[in-house]
Parts: sequence; structure tokens; C-alpha cells
Amino acid sequence: MDYFFVALFVGMAFALVGGGLAISYLVAPNRPNKVKSQPYECGEHTVGPSWVHFNVGYYLFALLFLVFDVEAAFLYPWALVFREFGLIALFEVGIFIVILLFALVYAWKKGVLEWV
Amino acid sequence: MNLSGANIDFTLLLPEISLAICGFAILLLGVTKRGKDFGFGLGLFGLIAALAFTVQQWGTLETGFFGMVTKDGFSSLYNIIFLLAGIISLLIAQTYLRAKKIDKPEYYALVLFSILGMMVMASSYDLIIIFIGLEIMSIPLYVLAGFHRFNPKSNEAGIKYFIIGAFASGFLLYGIALVYGAGATTDLRLIAANYHSMAQQAPLLLYAGVALILIGFGFKVGAVPFHMWAPDVYQGAPTPVTAFFSVGPKAAGFAALMRILDFGFDSMDEIQSVLWILAVLTMAVGNILALFQDNIKRMLAYSSIAHAGYILVALTVGGEGAVASGLYYLLGYTFFNLGAFAILTILDTRDGTDSRFSELTGMASRHPFLATLLAIFMFSLAGFPPTAGFFGKLYIFSGAVEGGFIWLAIIGVMTSFVSVYYYLRVVVACFFTKADHPFQQVAMNPYLALALIITAVGALGLGLFPSSWIDLSRQAFASFL
Amino acid sequence: MNTVLPLIVLFPLVGFLINFLLAGKLSRKLVGIIGSGTVLISFLLSIKAFLDLTALPADARIISDTLYNWMAVEGFSVDVSFLLDPLSAIMILVVTGVGFLIHVYSIGYMAHDEGVGRFFAYLNLFMFSMLTLVLASNFLLMFVGWEGVGLCSYLLIGFWFERDSATEAGKKAFVVNRIGDFGFLLGMFIIFWNVGSLDFQTVTALAPSAFAIGGTVITAATLLLFLGATGKSAQIPLYVWLPDAMEGPTPVSALIHAATMVTAGVYMLARSSALFVMAPTTMMVVAVIGAATALFAATIALFQNDIKRVLAYSTVSQLGYMFMACGVAAFGAGVFHLMTHAFFKALLFLGAGSVIHGMSDEQDMRKMGGLKKYMPVTFITMLIATLAISGLPGISGFFSKDEILWQAFSSDLGHPALWFIGMITALLTTFYMFRLIFMTFFGKERMDEKTKSHLHESPKVMTIPLIVLAILSIAGGWIGIPKLFFGATNFFEHWLEPVFAPAQRILHSSEAHHAASTEWGLMAITVTLSLGAFALALRFYLKKPETVTRLRESFPGVHRLLYGKYFIDEIYDRLIIRPLHFFSIFLWKIVDVLLIDGLINGGAFLVGGVSRVMRYAQSGRLTSYVTVFTVGVALITGVMLLLGYSIGN
Repeated sequence: MDYFFVALFVGMAFALVGGGLAISYLVAPNRPNKVKSQPYECGEHTVGPSWVHFNVGYYLFALLFLVFDVEAAFLYPWALVFREFGLIALFEVGIFIVILLFALVYAWKKGVLEWV
Repeated sequence: MNLSGANIDFTLLLPEISLAICGFAILLLGVTKRGKDFGFGLGLFGLIAALAFTVQQWGTLETGFFGMVTKDGFSSLYNIIFLLAGIISLLIAQTYLRAKKIDKPEYYALVLFSILGMMVMASSYDLIIIFIGLEIMSIPLYVLAGFHRFNPKSNEAGIKYFIIGAFASGFLLYGIALVYGAGATTDLRLIAANYHSMAQQAPLLLYAGVALILIGFGFKVGAVPFHMWAPDVYQGAPTPVTAFFSVGPKAAGFAALMRILDFGFDSMDEIQSVLWILAVLTMAVGNILALFQDNIKRMLAYSSIAHAGYILVALTVGGEGAVASGLYYLLGYTFFNLGAFAILTILDTRDGTDSRFSELTGMASRHPFLATLLAIFMFSLAGFPPTAGFFGKLYIFSGAVEGGFIWLAIIGVMTSFVSVYYYLRVVVACFFTKADHPFQQVAMNPYLALALIITAVGALGLGLFPSSWIDLSRQAFASFL
Repeated sequence: MNTVLPLIVLFPLVGFLINFLLAGKLSRKLVGIIGSGTVLISFLLSIKAFLDLTALPADARIISDTLYNWMAVEGFSVDVSFLLDPLSAIMILVVTGVGFLIHVYSIGYMAHDEGVGRFFAYLNLFMFSMLTLVLASNFLLMFVGWEGVGLCSYLLIGFWFERDSATEAGKKAFVVNRIGDFGFLLGMFIIFWNVGSLDFQTVTALAPSAFAIGGTVITAATLLLFLGATGKSAQIPLYVWLPDAMEGPTPVSALIHAATMVTAGVYMLARSSALFVMAPTTMMVVAVIGAATALFAATIALFQNDIKRVLAYSTVSQLGYMFMACGVAAFGAGVFHLMTHAFFKALLFLGAGSVIHGMSDEQDMRKMGGLKKYMPVTFITMLIATLAISGLPGISGFFSKDEILWQAFSSDLGHPALWFIGMITALLTTFYMFRLIFMTFFGKERMDEKTKSHLHESPKVMTIPLIVLAILSIAGGWIGIPKLFFGATNFFEHWLEPVFAPAQRILHSSEAHHAASTEWGLMAITVTLSLGAFALALRFYLKKPETVTRLRESFPGVHRLLYGKYFIDEIYDRLIIRPLHFFSIFLWKIVDVLLIDGLINGGAFLVGGVSRVMRYAQSGRLTSYVTVFTVGVALITGVMLLLGYSIGN
């Protein structure tokens, strides 16, 4: 009996979704024209294709920012338990920061920080 | 917090640390003018150092870092598999990268980081650490798949792998969260100890969680229906990367699955029926779809899916013997699959090649040794005695029969006989097909030769003297019981 | 390692390594000498091993030699170990002896071939595998040899890969054999699962306690093993590969597809006789399949025009004889026929090879005729072999064939119907063999002038093996003369007795008491009718060739059916290969590409514009991957949730 209800629910779910789509497909008038088919951009006329490429530099900056952003977030809980753990905690967070610094140095030398 | 259980012992992590140091050194040297050429050497050095440390750790059982890191026989054996895969794929990579003019130091660093992630995955009882390891492994892999930056197919491979990989990781993490919800712990040892009370209190959370975890790793090992990325990614990625892909992440996925399913959730017997279906699907779909491929890389992609299916059989059966057989198979698979890919890489270093079957014609008369080695690897993949592939399958399927999974064994044997056909096509193309144009000469060098020797010795040695290796895998499994 | 057994196996391997690694660097002569020499050494060592064995008392004739422990897993231990007992002793003598002669012959036959180094390398590798198979002391090692000989057979069938038909034939042999191997492997699993060992001696000793006589398990296990045997030994339904295997060089046909490898199935049955006799159903199946194959293949052989194809079907037929013997628990008779067949069939193939060699690679008998004048040695030796296979009283084939027919009639498991089929097969055999002889060596010379001018007897290196084999074909049967003739015990059966004693104990068979007169009578019937068949062949193919055409015209259907080999290949192609191919393409094209993409596109069609966006993003495939992924997620999670739900309640 339990399974019957499960099956019933599954069936109903499918029927509901499928039925809705089917009804809209059957009932809705479908009269596309050029204007309607255009992408909607806040009522403005579209200029050029909507698939423009953004400068990859944005992403690189964002990534670098994210890395150090998360680092900062990570340092708060670390600060909370710092007293308990003592020197070893200092050492470990040192490794953590040095690794991130490596990343910064690498990115810097690769020219990521220079805007092209 | 009680610091006495911390056991912060950095020697425990020496293999991982050596990989990390070498990886960073490669990256930092790589941005200097003169340091670009150190990538290969430093990478190899890092891997060999890590291998040495791992071998040294063999036989110990130590837990450290608040129980987050565990080094036991199991992790050691897996780490050896990862490192071997890394070394072999590195040996074959340089020639290829140079030929394709993409020899950048980042390649070696990425391989090192990826292996570091795998090692982390294999060395922990904690789901969170396993997940972190998985991400450390995966992110470099996404980049590696797209490493051939100016080749659209390689780009496509990278993007596809990344998107589906991220998708799968999401499921995995969600599964871990559900399991945590059921038992308020992510430590597999605690889960194993309190399994029954957890199953009583929150069965739905627990079962859904395990299902999602299974899916997450099912993606990594290429189990059907989470396999569809594999052919495209294998075909598109640079060949040495594909070689690494076909072994490393797969083994890592199985390492995690074995720890989770055969230790943490060992008492969850119902999972067997799900694994049974996955194993059958994976073997059948992998083998059948491999039958009529024109591209060898694509064929090997489906074949690697099928091989994951065999190991899933071992996982389905469960228990010491079966899991040890899976481990043994993985070890053998590392050798013979990498060997096959090594030869494919060597062939692909030539210009204008696309790993098609037709490109193999006439190879036997031009390069008899290479062709013979390829035949050996193919026979091993097909499971011919006396190769490692034969014993692996024998061990897995006889384990399945012993465990009462007779149908699983029959289906497995049948599908593996189907597989003979497509592996044989490679041999036929090499040896028994008239060449309409002369075979384009390939250049050998000591690194390639070394990679071939290691893989060939491994594939045959594991088959001729399987005893000690089987013992090794049994010890490895026993170490976490 | 304290016996010569490992060395027997090892020498051909050494030959293989030398010839393979130094391919192209050795002179043709040296290649042949190394190839044959290593086999000769194995043969001499085999004789020594045989003599060592005879020195032991009859019930202790077992020499075993363990090289190392191959794998030992809790409860599963297999050694790389060799076993010499009366059965394997005979096998190694036949394998190395006939093998050596064929190697020598090949020096002449392959003298003008480019790949002679490769040829001898493969041939030696074959000897290595075959000896491993025969000397193996457990099922697993036997399986290794079993796969090895299959591989070599494949390599050698496709040796002339410039011909597409050769490659195809090799592939066919390989694929068909895999079906058999599947049976072998599963049968092995079942045996191990129940007995806990794969060692022949242990299995034989423990079988009576591990299995119930006639039980399902033992019946399944032996049927699976027999499936393996039908693959290797070309029995119904897996015989189709053997006639095509004739694409290989003729010495290969002689060695692998007549004398040694194809008899591996019979050997395996004899080896596991103690298991087979515990499953009466299997025994019946073996006997029936054997008899059916014998008759079936003989009828096909009647009208083949390719000289090697006649011999190929003849081999299938004779193998059927051997299986029939095994099926009635006359394992000794089966092995005896295996041995005599090895002599005369190898001789027939080598003779055919000599003819083909002399005829500038012509294999069609319709274009031969009158060759006895040109190739006297080949003619006389082939005639001897023909007499042997036809069962002329006094020479080898007669004794072994008669023994089988008698056992089929008189044994507890036998039946007069089996005898009758065997007898008919014997007649057909006489007919088609003499047809071959008449068409090839007698009558009008039907070859063209160019071929005729090249006609010559083969060199000594080829004719001497023929002569030796001819002597063996005459005398080889004398060691197994039935008690009936001189009252002396059948030496051959007596020699094998200890090997089959466990099987006989299980059968509790009492010496069947049939009157000697019955045996004489049956023998007389066979001989007389065979003479009739000979006379018929004489009339049709020598005296009045036009009768054949007339007959063919009167019964066109029968002729077409027989000439077309019952169209079995075509039926297999339609029923199995094409559907499988279709299924694979179906899965790939329909399910993977069309259905899944179609689902997406179909869904997209419903959702209207979404489809356009999808195509614009060019991620149709990726989304379909993710869809499949998600469906998988839903199914697995759903199943697990249901399982968890049922636990919770």
C-alpha cells in the first residue's frame, strides 16, 4: 500500500507538469515575428549579438580576489582557537599563507596583474 | 579541545609534502627565464621522492592530525598506484608535449598536485578530507584535459569534464551532508561503529546520503550511467593526459569507494543490489559500445569504463578476498592500460595523427617490438593468460562465484569475452592488415623506453608471479579492518 | 625442478624467442634448424621422460614437477606444475614427434616464403603452449596452454594476411573459440567452487565426495567443459571455424588443425574423465554430439573440391569419432584414435601440401589428376594414409576405429544406434577419401600446361617426414591390437588403465560380456561395406566420371546442400553475428545518440524556444550527458530511499 501512494504521487507529479506543458502547447497561440524573437533587453533595442566575450582579465582578478577573500574568512576561526593550539597553529597558518603567496607571485610574474 | 590526540607529525605527510614542494618549485621556477626546463626533472624527482617515502611508510599504521590522516597499508598501496601512474605518464608526456609545442612547466606541476589530491583521498577516514582530496585532484585534471589550448577538441574536453565534474562533486558533497545529518559525524570509523543506531534513527538521510556519495565517486570511476563524459574527454585531451586519466582518478575513486563502502558502511547490505546493477550496466555498456569505435582513444575510453565495471564486481561482492582482488586488478590495470596508452602516445607524437585504427597498419613490420608490446598490452586488457589482466579477472570472477554472485560472474565473463573482439582489432590492424601507405616512423627515446619497460614488466610480472602481489593487496585491505 | 618436464616445455620457448627476437637477422637455413632443433630436443627429452615413467610400477606411474607456487590465496592455491602420467606421456610423444616431423617438412614447404622466421617463431610458440596444455597438472595451467594454442592458431591461420580470407578465417577461429573458452572458464569456476582445488589429481580424488552422481552441479560443470571442448575440437555447434582455418599454410593445418591442437578437447575430456562419468546426461550429450558431428562432417566432405577442405571436414568427422568414444566412457579408445589419427591425418595434410606445392599452389582437385606419375612418394604415402583412415584391416586406423565402433556398440553407455552412425561415417570416409585419391592422382591430367611444366616431386626434406609418418600410420596401431585378435591384452589400453581407473570405479562397469562372434560380425560388416564404398568411389571417379554429373543432376537439392556445407555459416551470420552487430550499432546509434538526444530534442520541442537556446549554446551533447546523469541520480537515490524506507519500517 505504501508503494501505491508513492506511485500515485509520482504519477500525479508527471501528470501535473506534463499536463501543464501540454495544455500551454495546445492552447497558446504561436505567432512568432521578428521583434518577438529578439532577446529582451529591458525594452531597449538590442545592439550586436548577445553573446559577447568579456575580457578574461576580469575573471583572473576575480579569482585572485576570491582566494584572498576566503583566506581572510578562514583566519577568523583560526584566530579564535589560536590560544589553545599555540605555536603549531601559527606555523600551520604560515604554510597556508605562504602557499597563497606563491599563487600571487606566480600570477604576478605571469602578468595577470597588468591590465591588457 | 584535547591536543593529545592531535599527533601532529609531519613525517606522516612526507610523500605529500615532497609533491607539494616540487609542484610549487616547478611553478615558481617556471615563471623565471631559465627555470622553464626544470619542470620535467623536478616533477620526476618529486614523484620518485614521494614513492620512496611511501615505500618507507609501508607496514606502518599511524593516524595523525586529529584523526584526519591515516597512513595504513591500504593508503600505501594506493599511493604507490597513483605515483606509478604519475611517473609513467610523466615519462611519456615530455616527448609528446614537445612534439605538440605545449611543453610548459605547469603541466608537470598540475600532475603533481593532482596526485597529491589522490593521495589525500586515499589516506583518510574522514569524508571531509576525502572530499578535499577529491577537489585537489579534480581541479588540476580539468586544466590538464584542456591543456592543448589551441586545439578545440582539447578545450571541449576540459570544459565538459569541468562541468560534469562540478555537477558530480555537488552530489557528493550533498551526500556527505546528509550522512552528517544522520549521524553528526563525517568520520568513517565512528560511522562504522554507530551504524546501526544511525540506520535506526535516520534511515532515509543515511541511505540517500550513501546513494549520493556513490554517485559522486561513480562519476570519477566512470560507472554507467555517469560515464558519458569519458569518451569525449578521453578523445579530446592530450594523449598522455588521457593515459593519466584512465588510471589515476579511477583508482582514487575506487580508493574512496572501498574505504567508504567496505569500511564505513560495511553493514549496509542493501547497497549490494545497487552496486550489482551498476556493475552489470558498466561492464555491458562499456564493452558493447567499445565494439565499433574507429578511434583507439575512444575505444580505450569505453574499455576503461568496462574495466571499472570489473572492479565494481569486486566491490559488489565485498569482503576481504573480493576487495583485495579489486586492488590487485587495479594494480595490473595501471600497468597494462598505461602501457597501451604509452604506445598510443608515442604514435601520436607524429604529425597529423588522430589515433585511428587505420593508422596502425604496417606497424608490425616497421616497429616489431613496439607492435609486440602493444599486442601484449591488448592481450592483457582482454584478459589472456599469463598476463596480469587474466589473473585479475580470474581472481575477481572466482571471488564473485565464491561470494554467491554467480550471475554477476557469468555476465562479467561474457562481457569480457565480447571485449576480446575490439582489443583484437588493434592487434589485427598492427599485424594482419595490408598497409596501403608506409608506416610513419616514430622516434624513441630513453624515457619512452623506460615507461614501456616498466609497464611491460608489470603487466607480465603480475601475471607470471601473481602470488606476492595478491598477498600485498590482501595485506592492504586487511590493514583497515 | 628435478625432472626433464620443464625442459620439454622450455626448449620450444627458447626456439620461439630466438626466432622472434632475431627475426630477419638469421639465415633461412638457421631459422629452420633452430625451429626444428628445439622441437627435436623436446622429443628426445620426451622419450627419456617416457622411459622414466615405464620404469615405475604400473600403479605409481606419476611424475610431477612443481616449478613454483603461482598464486596462493586463502583456499585457492595453484602451482605452475607439470604432471606426467601415462596419458600425458603419450600426448607429449605424439605432439613432439609429429611436431618435429612437421617442422622439418616446413623447412621445405616455407623455403620461398618471406616470413619464414616469423613462421617458425609462431610454430615454436605453439609447441610451447601445446606442451604446457598437455603437461599441466591443473585446470588453470591447462587453460593457459589452451589459450596459448588458440592464440598461435589464430596467428598462423592469418599468417598470409595479404589475403583477406586468411584474416577473416583467423578472426572467425578466434571468436568461435572464445565461446568455447567461456565454457571452459565457467566450468572451471564451478569445479573449484565445489572441490576447492583445480589440481587434476585432487579433483579426481575428491570428485566422488564433492558431487552427487548425475547431480545438476556436476552436469552443468561438465557440460560447460564440454562446450570448451567443442570450441577447440571443432564439434557441433562450434565446428565452423576449422574448415576456414585451412587458409593457413598447410604445415599449420597438419600440426595444429589435424594432429595436435584440435585434439585438445578430447584430451581434456580424458583428463577429467572422473568428472564426466559422474554426469550421465553429459556423457550422452558428448556421445550424441560426437556421433552427429562425425556423420554430418563426413557428408559435407563428400562433395568438396578443395583438397584441404575435404581433409578439414574429415578431421571434424574423425574428432567426432573420438568424442563418441569418450561419450561411451571408452576414453582409452578415444585417445588411441587420437594418436593414430595424428599420424595419418598429419600425413594426409602434408601430402596435400606436397601436392599443392607441386601444383604451384592449386588446391582445386578438379584441376588435378594423374599426379601419381609425377609425385610417386607423395602418392604412395598418401595412399597409405587413406587406407589407414578408411580402416583397411591390419593398419593403424582399423584398430582404433574398430575399437571405437565396438565400444559404441557394447559399452554400458553405448547404443547400437551410435554404432550404426559410426559405421555409416566409416563408409562415407572411405568414399570421400578415395574420391580424393582418384581425383588427385589418377585419371586425366586436368591442369593447364604451365602448371604441368612445373610439376615435380617435393624435395627430400618434405618427403622424408611423409615416409616416416607413413610408417607410423601403418605400424602405429599395432600397440593397440584388441584382445580379440591374438588373445593378448590390448597393450595401449593397459598402459592407460591407471589414468582411467577412477572413472571406471565410478561407473562400476563390469567387463561387458558380448560374444566374440558379435565383435567379429560387426567388424566384418564395416569392412565389407567400406569395400563397397571404395568400389563406388572407384566407379564414380575413375571408371565412369559421368555418373557423378548424372547423379548431381538427379538430386540437385542434396548436392547443393552438401556442397554448400548445409549453409551453416550463413545461418550463424544471420542469427548471431548480424543481430549482435546490429544490437551494438543500435545501442550506440539509437540509444546513445538518437534516443537520448532525441529525448532532449523531443523535450525541447515541447518546451518550445528552449531548444533554440540549447542549440545556440552548442551544448546539446553535454546537456544530454547531464540528463542521463540526472536520471541515474534519480534512479539510484530513489532505489536507496525505498530501501532505507523499508528499513525504517
